[in-house]
Amino acid sequence: MTTLKKTVTVTLGAMVLAFLSFTQVQIAAADFEPKKPVDFVIMAGKGGGADKMARLMQTIIEKHELSGKPFVPINKPGGSGAEALIHMNNTSGAAQDHTVMVTLNSFYTTPLRQANLGIDISTFTPVGRMAEDTFLLWVNKDSGITDFDGFVAAAKAAGEDWIMAGTGKAQEDQLITDFLNRTYDLNMTYVPYKGGGRVAKELAGNNAHSTVNNPSEQLGFYEAGNTVPLAAFTQNRLDKFPDAPTMGELGNEFAYYMQRSVVGPPGMSAEAAAYYQALFAKVFETEEWQKYRTDKSLYGDFLTGDALKDYWMTERSIHETMLKEIGEI
Amino acid sequence: MEIINHLFDGFLIAFEPLNLILIVVGVTVGLFIGAMPGLGSVNGVAILLPMTFLVPPTSAVIFLGAIYYGAMYGGAISSIMLGIPGASTAVATTFDGRPMARSGQADAALIAAATASFVGGTLSVVLFTMFAPPLAKVALAFGSPEEFALMLLAFATFIGLGGDDIPKTFFSIFIGLVLSAVGLDIVSGEPRLIFFDIPGFFHGVNFLVLAIGIYGIGEILWTLETNKGEVEVSRLDLTFKKFVANMIRLKETIVTMLMGSFLGFFVGILPAAGATPGSLMAYGVAKTMDRNPETFGKGNIKGVAAPESANNAASTGSMLPMLTLGIPGSPTTAILLGGMVIWGLEPGPRLFTDQTEFVWGLIASLYAANLLSLLVNLAFIPAFIWVLRIPFTILAPIIFILCIVGGYAPTQDMHDVWLMLLFGVVGYLMRKLDYPMAPTVLAIVLGPLAETSLRQSLLISHGSAAIFVERPIAAAIMACALILLFLPLLKFFVGKRKK
Repeated sequence: MTTLKKTVTVTLGAMVLAFLSFTQVQIAAADFEPKKPVDFVIMAGKGGGADKMARLMQTIIEKHELSGKPFVPINKPGGSGAEALIHMNNTSGAAQDHTVMVTLNSFYTTPLRQANLGIDISTFTPVGRMAEDTFLLWVNKDSGITDFDGFVAAAKAAGEDWIMAGTGKAQEDQLITDFLNRTYDLNMTYVPYKGGGRVAKELAGNNAHSTVNNPSEQLGFYEAGNTVPLAAFTQNRLDKFPDAPTMGELGNEFAYYMQRSVVGPPGMSAEAAAYYQALFAKVFETEEWQKYRTDKSLYGDFLTGDALKDYWMTERSIHETMLKEIGEI
Repeated sequence: MEIINHLFDGFLIAFEPLNLILIVVGVTVGLFIGAMPGLGSVNGVAILLPMTFLVPPTSAVIFLGAIYYGAMYGGAISSIMLGIPGASTAVATTFDGRPMARSGQADAALIAAATASFVGGTLSVVLFTMFAPPLAKVALAFGSPEEFALMLLAFATFIGLGGDDIPKTFFSIFIGLVLSAVGLDIVSGEPRLIFFDIPGFFHGVNFLVLAIGIYGIGEILWTLETNKGEVEVSRLDLTFKKFVANMIRLKETIVTMLMGSFLGFFVGILPAAGATPGSLMAYGVAKTMDRNPETFGKGNIKGVAAPESANNAASTGSMLPMLTLGIPGSPTTAILLGGMVIWGLEPGPRLFTDQTEFVWGLIASLYAANLLSLLVNLAFIPAFIWVLRIPFTILAPIIFILCIVGGYAPTQDMHDVWLMLLFGVVGYLMRKLDYPMAPTVLAIVLGPLAETSLRQSLLISHGSAAIFVERPIAAAIMACALILLFLPLLKFFVGKRKK
């Protein structure tokens, strides 16, 4: 009894203290430091490329003690990232300075496709572009397909029964799928899954015929010899996959990259923005991040501030054109 | 033979002094994290992840694995003692664990939970040890149609869940399904069922918010009404003799535990499912199989044994897709996966051959973590029994605060706290009108999984439902589901005619 009372008193005391200290630091906000754990929103499902990268950044931050408060990853994959974007748009008060999001290209496509969400990405706070991810065309080794021409022939023969698995609706994977369908006169059926990890598994389990996964998502299966890359959607061949020709070499110049950026919500204070920009610049320079970039065939330099915002605006208009071409908007 | 050698090497690693200490600390910390409503193994593992940089990767994963296991054991404690699910995986334990505690059998319920957890945990590690690579192939072959068939099977067990009044059970299921559809459409991304344009509904209705509301808040209201605040304090002294008697009583649950272990493990290895659906399904199957299904929900010890063996088995199972496929089978393993990346390990098909020390050290430590979790848990049972001696006037506010914390923690949104209180009142009314509540909870957990897999399957087949019978695994599961669905219906109508 007494022990329990004690515990209760101690807990209540701790809660009161926590509350007091919270209100106190609210007042002194000059040189920004997070006052509470930072919500690290991930715009995709667990196990995908964005998720793995976010968790890596989180662990780098913890390991090098770059932040006084922990970064807590929260996956918000719903509706091709719409859930995450709405969450960011609706943050208010202290949360505006304690929320950052790992984003990908659905950052452009989802608001373009769903104007009713009321999201304007130019209002978001640029923190840092950590990398640009690359895309490859993958098939299962069991299919016996060894080159791109073989893929085109097989997909053409199968018609709409050829299943291309990808992440989300009208996102990166579907844009590339539509490019292939249009350019090579194919009729592949695109099936969306939550997260690239799941997509990679569907291919390895022969539940899908092809994917356009990022290297980081397929690496495990590729190294085990389960899946084969047939083409790279990049300007130059990737060092890791020297046998996969670029689309340019195959006769149709097409390069497509995915940003791996960190953004803050609209209305983040300038002090907080400066703090997170400096923090992620440090993350970018760490040995672990640089190693990850090499291992997973990532492109792109660190961008922040207005340079990052300009990059977003350029990419947004490119995606607007692509979406119009496929009739999504 | 090779497996035995690997396992032996693994035990040598697990029993290194540092690792052994980490296991003991891990299971104890995990036990308490699991027992706190709103704090599940996910939070425990996430909070302690940074600490693991101080030790080598193998020790780190052993420590986190021990926390994971301890939390699975601990989740049952607040389910039984307070009627609030300690973690999402322990919701099903509330169904019968709480009624047992109310009728003075808290000790039996706690011992059953601990023992069932041990059986589920150990059996699943044995299965993991022997069949990990072939089982990974099964997980790979499991596509959307198979997943949907499995969900349908789970729904079929619901019908057996709700007591004898089948129309009321259907009603409860549909309420749960409607709630599970709130938020953003999974495939098209369009918002739907955003009541009154409240932004909080965009992230959907979290299932813990519903469970804590219905069971935690509903429980307080119910006790207030039935006992007018005067709860009899049942003196419960746990003597060694009683302990032995309780252990002997577990004989009747052996079959249930075995069923729960196998079912839980199998559901656990499927990506996207995890321990919560596993434990709920095991509960449903245990009830459907039982000769006296009407005693479930009123304090049947099998209703504790089934979900507790299943959730521990599933927690081991969900490590399998993480290690072999690089896909987490549960939220906790997703964080473990993040840890592995920074430790420089690449999860995937080659991990078993490239990192034998890591993999087998982890597997061996799971055996040790299970045994230690059981011992630590049993040792603390007398302490947990103390809760029963607290007068209701003191206990009720504590439960209330724990419910609020538990409702806030998963999404950190006050909206969910209000929603939880609302569900508490609704849950109380449902109980008064004799509507079963478990099917609602089950429907909100499985609804989104079922919807996604159904829509993916139909995309693959261009709208033809034949895909569910053309694929052998899916067809077999479908057949089981239909049999399970029609059995209780048949019983219901035949029973009516007799009357």
